[in-house]
Amino acid sequence: MALLEVKNLEVTFGLRQGAVKALRDVSFSIERGERIGIVGESGAGKSVAAFSILNLISRPGYISGGEVLFEGKDLTKLSPQEMRDIRGNRIAMIFQDPMMTLNPVLTLGQQMVECLKAHRKISTAEAREVALEKLRLVHIPSPETRIDQYPHELSGGMRQRIIIAIALLLDPPLIIADEPTTALDVTIQAEIMELLLELCDSQNVGLILITHDLGVVSQVTQKAVVMYAGRVIEQGPTKEIINDAQHPYTQGLINALPQQTLPGKRLNQIPGSMPSLQKIPTGCAFHPRCEFVIEPCSRELPGFTRSGGCSVACHMVKAMKEKAAAAG
Amino acid sequence: MNTQTLEQRPTAWERFKASHFLHSFRTDKVAIISFSVFLFFALAALFAPLIAPYDPYDPAMIDIMDSEIAPAWSEEGDERFALGTDAQGRDMLSTILYGTRVSLMIGICAVLMQAFLGVVIGLAAGYFGGRVDSILMRIADVQLSFSTMMVAIVVLALFQAAFGAELYAKLAIFMLIMVIGIAEWPQYARTVRASVLAEKHKEYVDAARVMGFKSRRIMWRHILPNTLSPILVISTVQVANAIISEASLSFLGLGMPVSEPSLGSLISSGFAYIFSGSWWITVIPGVVLVLLVLVMNLLGDWLRDVLNPKLYKG
Amino acid sequence: MIAFLIRRLMQAVVVMFVISLISFSIQDNLGDPLRELVGQSVSEEERQALRDELGLNDPFLVQYVRFAGNALQGDLGTSYFFKEPALDVILKKLPATLELVFGATLIIILLSVPLGVYSAIKPHSWFSKTVMGLSIVGISVPVFLTAIMSIFLFSVELNWLPSYGRGELEPMFWGWESGYLTRDGLLHLVLPCFSLASIMLPLFIRLIRAEMMEVLQSEYVKYAWAKGLSPMRIYFLHALKNTMLPVITVGGVQIGTMVAYTILTETVFQWPGMGFLFLEAVNRVDTPLIVAYLIVVGAIFVVTNTVVDLIYGLVNPTVNLTGKKS
Repeated sequence: MALLEVKNLEVTFGLRQGAVKALRDVSFSIERGERIGIVGESGAGKSVAAFSILNLISRPGYISGGEVLFEGKDLTKLSPQEMRDIRGNRIAMIFQDPMMTLNPVLTLGQQMVECLKAHRKISTAEAREVALEKLRLVHIPSPETRIDQYPHELSGGMRQRIIIAIALLLDPPLIIADEPTTALDVTIQAEIMELLLELCDSQNVGLILITHDLGVVSQVTQKAVVMYAGRVIEQGPTKEIINDAQHPYTQGLINALPQQTLPGKRLNQIPGSMPSLQKIPTGCAFHPRCEFVIEPCSRELPGFTRSGGCSVACHMVKAMKEKAAAAG
Repeated sequence: MNTQTLEQRPTAWERFKASHFLHSFRTDKVAIISFSVFLFFALAALFAPLIAPYDPYDPAMIDIMDSEIAPAWSEEGDERFALGTDAQGRDMLSTILYGTRVSLMIGICAVLMQAFLGVVIGLAAGYFGGRVDSILMRIADVQLSFSTMMVAIVVLALFQAAFGAELYAKLAIFMLIMVIGIAEWPQYARTVRASVLAEKHKEYVDAARVMGFKSRRIMWRHILPNTLSPILVISTVQVANAIISEASLSFLGLGMPVSEPSLGSLISSGFAYIFSGSWWITVIPGVVLVLLVLVMNLLGDWLRDVLNPKLYKG
Repeated sequence: MIAFLIRRLMQAVVVMFVISLISFSIQDNLGDPLRELVGQSVSEEERQALRDELGLNDPFLVQYVRFAGNALQGDLGTSYFFKEPALDVILKKLPATLELVFGATLIIILLSVPLGVYSAIKPHSWFSKTVMGLSIVGISVPVFLTAIMSIFLFSVELNWLPSYGRGELEPMFWGWESGYLTRDGLLHLVLPCFSLASIMLPLFIRLIRAEMMEVLQSEYVKYAWAKGLSPMRIYFLHALKNTMLPVITVGGVQIGTMVAYTILTETVFQWPGMGFLFLEAVNRVDTPLIVAYLIVVGAIFVVTNTVVDLIYGLVNPTVNLTGKKS
């Protein structure tokens, strides 16, 4: 049984102008100790996907369909109390901007101890000990003094370490990290990412990494899920996706990586931009930007086609597979 | 060719009719009712000399024998006076019409003054920056830390003590506008300054400067239009506040005299008779005052929701 | 902490200096102390002699220093009307005003926080909508009108509550006679306190609601949810503590407004406090009393603002109490 299995998840935002589907038919799964990456441009729905796993979408958004099976339980059907027992305890989250994530008026100790006490019957002194232990784990120097400081007394990198420590407080089997290094200085991004990976490995924690950076995904994850306009368009083993992307959008993303460009040349951008959720094109949402448009693209929603270990939602790929099958 | 451009470009009126602004007005019952009530009061105040059955400023039309007559609908009422009369025998309806006129005028003039001071200071602070900016904003901070009512009461009380009541009564309308007008400019100044700072570094301002326009011209033509919606939102609420301030000051006897009453001085003059049961002298102008201020506050809230301008907090 | 206190103390001294300067120029320009002393039947030479003797012909600075020196010893002149030291007259009325302000502040704090927080958490419930609707009516009714209307309703029509004065008082300490210690005194406090609170309360409810709604959208509150904390802890610790920071700052400014409104409330309810006394002094052109009032109110203002700043510094860890933001 997978640790977490998301099945046909659908999220709707009830706006004044009408209901908008921010997530449609999203499915993926993760095993304990596995690392998967969810990739896409901003607006693709990756953060919505991450937050909807913990049922943390704020109004007017809500989960309008599908299942989130975690250790066999459907999280979308839990009571608020049961959901609270999962959050921070069984599934922890790491937010994007460490400068905004910690409460400015509470000490680090308070923010760590409260999390432990919310989920375990534990005295404040014991909770403090656990907190200190985790601070050592993330290499915070002199944790005994740091624990009584306020967030503003720490640098951004230091704060993200604290947030990783908070994520590990209750030894959860799964951590969701939403762009955990994007807001940090480039020089410490790698450092934080390495720390996160190292800890996930040593504690056997599953990691869902949300990012717009295909480069990071290619380096650290075993599986990748590529999203576009609220849908999964391609997913499979990271290696296969990087080396042999099938979907024109994924190909575009890979070609846009700086490593793929010769020095002195312009980056290969995908022309156009992600459509807003209110104006998603008919058929394949990517077709207005796609160079390989064929007849059904603007009309029909593409289904998934298997290609090696990956599944791809693209008419062109499907047509080519059929052709190859017919020829072979 | 001419007709083509006309077809392509809708007139300002057509654009207004199709705008988000008008649409949200039409679909908001509170906004429509508030605006209608405000319009009703504004027109009644504007045309008070034409509508009012009596001239409350004219002693010849007042008969002391008519004093304290209840409104026409009650048993002791007199049909000559729809809303009854006050202690001096003045027709309440006429007095309220004139009083609304005085209150609105003071409110609007005071806010015009606030806006003028605030916009000029805010523009200067934002545009010149540096030391000018820090000095002006420091003054704004100090001004804000004093409450308007406190300053107004003290200043007006001192002037009244210095001038004597009689001379003061003649100057009251001026004094009220000045004091309320001067006391509350910082909010405008801060908002305008913030918008100027936001706009200042945009390309079109640089472009205008490169093209050789004078700095003042750039400010008026380019930056000011962008600050119009926050100014409109602030002003609506500020007029309401100014009317309340004026009424409070008049109630304390520091505002309009009874001979030329605003709504506040009307309420004040009726207060002494409330215990003897002549409630209408106080209650009716009170209701008018509250309605007037309420619809302006409601309109201000609605404007803020629709225009959603960046207001300076604090 | 000590550095912060010294800084604040210096600011307070500067403000008091400005207030004393203003007060002195008022005393210098308003009314003629000679007429109060000797009447009008005295010849011009005698007047000049008396002026010299009283030091009224000295340069402004000399006169001011004398005034400030006396003021520091608690001598602010003698009230023309009461023929008593002005400061004593004012201080005798101080308890009445402070009790009024205390009651109103209590009402504001006890009601605005729960109502503001509730209507931020559940903005769409009918109760929140009612609270917001009433609050906009509340800010549209001037304090004096609330006072008059409540007298009309509760005193004249229903005859439930007394409409003027402080009622029966009980000595508390230092000769302070309190209305909070007797049933009658408490009844007399109800209407004035609610009237004084009436305009500030809706302002604070709206302010707390707006700030709280903003805070609830913040990343750190979302993160608190993601940590699986209880809603109570998130609302009343994580969100409320941040909400209160701007509210405390605004509250400091509103103290001045509150003092101004005591003048209105005291006038309507004939409350024998400082505000009522001040208006009487203005009508009688009792300059020493006016000056004493300004100085006492100024001092109250400075003290409360310092206390508010201190509380702000204690609540907000990013202010390191030297007044600088890190």
